[in-house]
Amino acid sequence: MHKTLNSTTPSPVVSLKNVHKSFGTLKVLDGVSFEVDRGEVLVLIGRSGSGKSTALRCIDRFETIDSGEIVVCGHRVSDPKLDLRALRQDVGIVFQSYNLFPHLTIEENITLAPCSVKGMSRTHAKEEARRVLAQVGLEDKLHQYPEQLSGGQQQRAAIARSLAMQPKVMLFDEVTSALDPELTGEVLKVIEALAADGMTMVMVTHEMGFARGIADRVVFMHRGKVHETGLATILTSPATPELAQFVGTGL
Amino acid sequence: MNLNLDFAVILERWPTFVDGALLTLQLAFIATVLGTAIGVLGAIGRRSSHPIVSRLCGIYVEAIRNTPLLVQIFLVYFGLASLGVKFSAFTVAAAALTINVGAYTTEIIRAGFDSIPRGQIEAAEGLALSRAQIYWHVVMWPAIEKVYPSLTSQFVLLMLASSVTSQISAEELTAVANYVQSDTYRAFETYILVALVYIVLSLIMRAGFWLLGFVIFPRRRRLGTPL
Ligand SMILES: Nc1ncnc2c1ncn2[C@@H]1O[C@H](COP(=O)(O)OP(=O)(O)OP(=O)(O)O)[C@@H](O)[C@H]1O
Ligand SMILES: [Mg+2]
Repeated sequence: MHKTLNSTTPSPVVSLKNVHKSFGTLKVLDGVSFEVDRGEVLVLIGRSGSGKSTALRCIDRFETIDSGEIVVCGHRVSDPKLDLRALRQDVGIVFQSYNLFPHLTIEENITLAPCSVKGMSRTHAKEEARRVLAQVGLEDKLHQYPEQLSGGQQQRAAIARSLAMQPKVMLFDEVTSALDPELTGEVLKVIEALAADGMTMVMVTHEMGFARGIADRVVFMHRGKVHETGLATILTSPATPELAQFVGTGL
Repeated sequence: MNLNLDFAVILERWPTFVDGALLTLQLAFIATVLGTAIGVLGAIGRRSSHPIVSRLCGIYVEAIRNTPLLVQIFLVYFGLASLGVKFSAFTVAAAALTINVGAYTTEIIRAGFDSIPRGQIEAAEGLALSRAQIYWHVVMWPAIEKVYPSLTSQFVLLMLASSVTSQISAEELTAVANYVQSDTYRAFETYILVALVYIVLSLIMRAGFWLLGFVIFPRRRRLGTPL
């Protein structure tokens, strides 16, 4: 009976159950649980140090957890026998510092993983690079080197590089925090277009206006716990004084 | 003071100098190629999380950097002899120079590896690249590009230092000079000539490395800026 139930209700793409994580004596995640369904955009917000990046990094196994359970696209991330590279083929992650490979052109940055990991042919990978660069509006930068691009363009190229692996879920950690306001807009537009295309996403952001517009679900983290969660409307009518204070200060 | 220089009798012997110079270049070439390979492996070893591997690589580097090259050459020479194996002076010289330069390149390449930001490696891990793929594509190439000037200087220094292999009668440039000067009694002229030949060899090597850098570092070629 459970079986039929499972096959008719799609399991979430990302699920965290009672996740605990400490760095030494510092408790960073204190029983965090949330789920992200297919096509859903989950926005993680909270003060600096509340554990947002750590939660995101645990999803892609950049940090190992102390207890609890994380399942991502059917991979049991908390399982020590996890096939790490299989997980990371399904998950795209983009960091605040774009981390493009400086010695490679944008095209080479994008084709590297499809060719080496998926064994895609060079010609096919180059077509794919053109496609994802068009998606982020950088078709003309194919043969440029990262340092020849502005910060916003580099971040869009980093997003394109992740997309070329055709991930099932994308993780964004404050991808606009290093950018000027004008450049922030162009990156956020790319992410909005991805969301409209139905990409499943988990993102940490300090851009409250953007979060309100894009979030299907908001998780407010406070002291390593999910302090408040709900639809994007909780950003305008928070239930807890902590979230009220957080959105009030706009920090 | 009466400086009386006579190069004629030296220059007559130009073919032996050419032979010596070619042998010196061969030694430098072998030690450069093998030394680079040792340097890459040594640097990976020094950064290994396996304590025995990193310790062994560290001992190798320190042992070489704290002993004179000539002593290392004698150690290889007499070491092989006492094992009863007979190698030509050239082979022994090439082996000793490779072992020597490998230690220096290990340190240089390790510094290059260490200069690759953690974020680069995380980005590559996030793209599901394997450890070997990350080392090759994301760590090694940019690291070598960054340290290329110090690496190539080290190889030029090694070529100059190869003159001490004349001590085990490898027939390289300095050994030729030693022979010619004892035969002609024109020591000063001989070593002036040899010094000039070493300068030319250095220039040849530097030009070669410059060209090689042009070929293997396309970003440098296109943008002209260091990484
Ligand atoms: N590798 C680590 N080792 C030790 N402490 C860490 C490590 N990574 C994070 N921390 C600590 O864990 C806490 C939570 O960090 P985290 O980066 O998850 O916060 P955050 O919510 O993303 O904050 P911010 O908004 O500043 O990015 C911080 O106090 C941080 O100093
Ligand atoms: Mg963070």
